[in-house]
Amino acid sequence: MKNFIRAENLRHVYKSSSGDKVALAEINFSISQGEFVAIIGTNGSGKSTLAKHFNALLLPTSGKIFIDGLDTSDEKNLWRVRENVGMVFQNPDSEIVAAIVEDDVAFGLENLGIEPQKIRERVDLALDSVNMSDYKKFAPSKLSGGQKQRIAIAGVIAMRTKIIVFDEPTAMLDPQGRREILEMVKKLHAQGKTIIYITHFMEEAAAAQRVFVMEGGRIIKDDTPREVFTDVKEMRRLGFGVPVAAELAERLRRKNFKLPQKILTADELAEALK
Amino acid sequence: MISVKNISYTYMTGTPFEKTALKNISFDVAEGEVLAVAGHTGSGKSTLIQIVAGLIDLQIGAVEIDNLPVADKKIRRLVGIVFQYPEHQLFEETVERDIAFGPKNFGLDDAEISARVEEAMRQVGLPAELKNVSPFELSGGQRRRVAIAGILALKPKYLILDEPTAGLDPLAKENLLKEIFGVIKKSGVTIILVSHNMEDIARFANRVVVLAQGKILFVGTPRELFAQEEILSRAGLEPPPITQLLRKLNIDENILSLDEAEKFILKNWRKV
Repeated sequence: MKNFIRAENLRHVYKSSSGDKVALAEINFSISQGEFVAIIGTNGSGKSTLAKHFNALLLPTSGKIFIDGLDTSDEKNLWRVRENVGMVFQNPDSEIVAAIVEDDVAFGLENLGIEPQKIRERVDLALDSVNMSDYKKFAPSKLSGGQKQRIAIAGVIAMRTKIIVFDEPTAMLDPQGRREILEMVKKLHAQGKTIIYITHFMEEAAAAQRVFVMEGGRIIKDDTPREVFTDVKEMRRLGFGVPVAAELAERLRRKNFKLPQKILTADELAEALK
Repeated sequence: MISVKNISYTYMTGTPFEKTALKNISFDVAEGEVLAVAGHTGSGKSTLIQIVAGLIDLQIGAVEIDNLPVADKKIRRLVGIVFQYPEHQLFEETVERDIAFGPKNFGLDDAEISARVEEAMRQVGLPAELKNVSPFELSGGQRRRVAIAGILALKPKYLILDEPTAGLDPLAKENLLKEIFGVIKKSGVTIILVSHNMEDIARFANRVVVLAQGKILFVGTPRELFAQEEILSRAGLEPPPITQLLRKLNIDENILSLDEAEKFILKNWRKV
């Protein structure tokens, strides 16, 4: 479905005593159901503010955002919007509310007033899908960061939302934890979920189908990872790294190596240099 | 010099939750070097640096800093530690007061304190006019700088940095690294860098200690480490992206940077 998520001139201004701050200037986009969109941008570019508009944690100062046709700024849509959109944040410690893993995963469902037998089934399935069934009686405090983040994801899976928004879910994890989470995200996407994935890690953004690049409260680029990350000069101007294969290809091109323009991965560079 | 001799550490000894965090760890940190400590979550890195900084009491083994036992209170003035996400510990009303908090507790006089605050701000690249601003109005990257400046103002001879760039965007990360390893290093500080980012370790560390399950798997230069894939994978770590790329290109040289890779290819490849 096209226009599954749609922003129209979305603007957000934070008001404070020391003056107003425009966090989102004028955001327009349309995302289809089942898409995997990564959002990158420097700190302060508006990424996290945008994330909070997907499930009406923030409401537009002006303009609109529609989730499956529902206008988030209309109060009577609030619960339906939140039933559609799950959120996973950066710090798993501030997301976990219960003393036992399975209680934490059940928390959202209990709040929806779902009957206990159904909750049981959904929690078991959700824990199974993040490979954490063995830990269901554990205290979350005994888990690693990556495991905690998987519990947080299980909580969202159990809610069965169509859309999941990840706001830098791997920022506090080690390389192994990061790999686990990215694999989980790819799996959810393959199952048909619509994924919004905010990250500082370019190699994670490269796994998406589409990348939004944000700067100063605007989306300044909306394209495939290949188009975004092979524009080495522009990425550097914006203060981002690019995958190392793209960077090396660019350097060799400057030294008159005849290489194809859009090299992104190590395999592609190896092929071109053969 | 810091010398760590045969230390072992167990949490909650004699309970069902007993867990050995460190086992028989020995290494030295020479004056002026950057020593990286690498390992994944749960490998014992945090326990190790807290013991070295004197924040956790020793159980078995010995740690000496400039020939003083780590239990000696004097070492508190020699060793500064910047924890992960240090900006969470900011609490004062202005940047200046936050940075001055440690020096004040050291009992320094006002002139010395304000000179140190100024110098520390310069070292981490914070403009002087931010002095009177609330740290809570600053960006994440700037808040992190304030927190690091608070430790630098103590003028530690040994500086322990626990994942100093975690959670920062690529630009803020790059700038902070340049400041830490350019400006701060110039003042002769010895640095222990805790990190699981192999690229940062390749760029900045003289030597690296790899921990896994509380034991030392490797001590040596980053170059030696990246040539031993098996150690990295046992430690749950990955070689830097450039090393991974060159393996795909079947380049077996021990190359650590893009510059080196570019040179090597220009020399050895015919132009395609």
